[in-house]
Amino acid sequence: MVTTAANPRRAARPTRLPYLLALPAVLLFLLFVLAPGIYALVLSFQARKVTGGLLGSTSTVVFAGLSNYRSVLGDSALWTSTLRMIAVGAIVIPATVGLALLFALLLDSPRARLVRFARLSIFLPYAVPGVIATLLWGFMYLPATSPIGGRHFDFFGSTQVFLSVANICVWGGVGFNMVVIYTALRALPPEVYEAARIDGATETQIALRIKVPMVLPAITMCTLFSVLAALQLFNEPNTLKPLSNAISSDWVPLMKIYTDAFVNADIYHAAATSIIFALGVLIVSFAAARMVQSRADLAGKGNR
Amino acid sequence: MKASHTGFTGVMLAGVLLAAGCGGGSGTAPAPGSASAAAGPVNLTFWDWDPNMDKVVSLWNQAHPDIHVTLANPAGGDELVSKTITAHQAKNGPDLVKVEYQSLPALVSAGVVRDITDLTKDVVSKFDDVTLKSTRFEGKVYGIPQDVAPLMLFYRTDVFKKYGISVPTTWDEYAKAAADLHKKAPKAYMTNFDAGNPGWFTGLVQQAGADWWTTSGTSWHVDINGAASKKVATYWENLVKSGVIQKNPSFSPQWNKQMNDGTLATWISGAWAPAQLGGIAPATKGKWAVAPLPAWTAGDATTGIWGGSATTVTTDSAHPAEAAKFAAWLNTDDAALTAQIEHINIYPAATSGRSLPPLKQAPPFLPNQADYYDVIKQAAPSARSFSMWGPDVTVTFRSYTDSFGAALQAGKPFGAALDQMQDATVADMKKLGFTLN
Repeated sequence: MVTTAANPRRAARPTRLPYLLALPAVLLFLLFVLAPGIYALVLSFQARKVTGGLLGSTSTVVFAGLSNYRSVLGDSALWTSTLRMIAVGAIVIPATVGLALLFALLLDSPRARLVRFARLSIFLPYAVPGVIATLLWGFMYLPATSPIGGRHFDFFGSTQVFLSVANICVWGGVGFNMVVIYTALRALPPEVYEAARIDGATETQIALRIKVPMVLPAITMCTLFSVLAALQLFNEPNTLKPLSNAISSDWVPLMKIYTDAFVNADIYHAAATSIIFALGVLIVSFAAARMVQSRADLAGKGNR
Repeated sequence: MKASHTGFTGVMLAGVLLAAGCGGGSGTAPAPGSASAAAGPVNLTFWDWDPNMDKVVSLWNQAHPDIHVTLANPAGGDELVSKTITAHQAKNGPDLVKVEYQSLPALVSAGVVRDITDLTKDVVSKFDDVTLKSTRFEGKVYGIPQDVAPLMLFYRTDVFKKYGISVPTTWDEYAKAAADLHKKAPKAYMTNFDAGNPGWFTGLVQQAGADWWTTSGTSWHVDINGAASKKVATYWENLVKSGVIQKNPSFSPQWNKQMNDGTLATWISGAWAPAQLGGIAPATKGKWAVAPLPAWTAGDATTGIWGGSATTVTTDSAHPAEAAKFAAWLNTDDAALTAQIEHINIYPAATSGRSLPPLKQAPPFLPNQADYYDVIKQAAPSARSFSMWGPDVTVTFRSYTDSFGAALQAGKPFGAALDQMQDATVADMKKLGFTLN
């Protein structure tokens, strides 16, 4: 009855309602992503030049053409920092997803005990803000304050520092990914396991041959999240920096951009670096998303 | 009904007013826009990171109901420089900012700090020319000096006594004492080479006679990797190589612990150190003493500086005259300086401030050294800085942290690190359009 009465109005609404609902998101996107992006683009073609007097206190902003981009692309420090980011990512991404999957499978196994407690304690590090987590680990790494053998193992050695940074990222990231995979596991129909058990499959076989393929979409999504997190690496190395000599001010690309903008006071150079970096991130994210999509499609077909 | 309604509105209104008052940072804030009107007190904001500065500011506010100063501490040191530049670009900077001498040319160059020559004509006579040189460029005054901080040698009297180390007066003696101490106590080190704090190293090269920036007319000469700087770098490189000093940066949890438990026996630092030591190494009260910085040639009293600050007025300030008045009071008034000596342990920049009564007493954290300020007073006249700090000192300082950090990490020569600093500084100055020769 009510439905019929509302019908004429309903017919008119669907054309506008979706736009109305999307409006806040679109506005926020325009305001906080597109507008700053365009501003950065404008800045990246400018430069500050000093004029007049010893200190040039009457400096002017001039059009710089592509000179910022030329100096960014010719700066070996940017490429070194990108390599460092990739090195940390190469440890963090497989370790985070692998451990998350392992913990999720263990929690999902019939013999698991104290599941709620274990789930919460694995998830908890995710709730600790990155800067605080890094300070906490920093204390554990420093020889004078280390309770985990920092006297005998140099956590800030030139190679070890990659592991030290990656460890903090993994520690903070596993919980979230574990919950995503665990939730996907809980959503699987129990009949499948029953059938497998009747066929004589062990718990390990069920985990590897049935559970893992069926939650593959969740795993690929976690991988995508981890890739994006690795590209944004900043908090951990930046907070560890003052504790040792191992981390330079341009250790990863985002630290270099930050240093250029706020330490060297060259926002124009930083804007050009940001634009180039953002392009790179867009390409990588797009490729990763395509990969996730095709994997998910594949898995979906396999299920049928 | 009506009465309760108005009552409710009244409460609401009071709440709004209260919120507005909090937002302005003071209970007596006038409505925005009325700032230029003659009526009502002038409100100034002041960014400063000195512990206990609030006590000094409240002295001013009590005595000057017409000019109210609101203190804020958004960040310290170099970080505040970045924040101030950003705030200036957003056009909401404070009226007054504490600026360390080395950062002042950079802030003038960025157009943040105001030329207050006309507002300080009768104030500048209260400072000697050596001190004024740090805030007066090309004849224009850009800030009123607050304190001077000659580089001194702070040492642990208990550690020195226990291992029979006598206070070194030359760098040769210092190196010998370092080797001696580490031999007698393998867990103890003379000090740490601090790649995290450039001001420490610049003080050391200043003592050795380096002059990183010199000017003639409107052109600059940069000499970061000259002979004097290389001499200092090589000296410390040898100490690091021989393993008798540590190489972790200062002001980290690691360093705090080393300072607290006697792992580090000396700290080469500015005259402001006693105020900081309480937070760094709380267990060492009364165990530190100060001595002149070791000399390169015996008997030479020359030292460098680490830090020292000026109070500056920003170009954003709508009340530069009132702001300059406060800056002058803060740094030349006897009551203001007395309060700063007692609460912040500054060594005043103003000539008259250097004979104030609290300077006859020991700083609270060094109760064992009654002649503390006498030692500082003797060192202050021989403290030399660079002819001028460069306009892009942040670039130089960042390069110091990166290149010396990498040199320590990889065991590479310090001289090459100085070359990198020279190159980075020159490249940035050229990029900005400064004239170099």
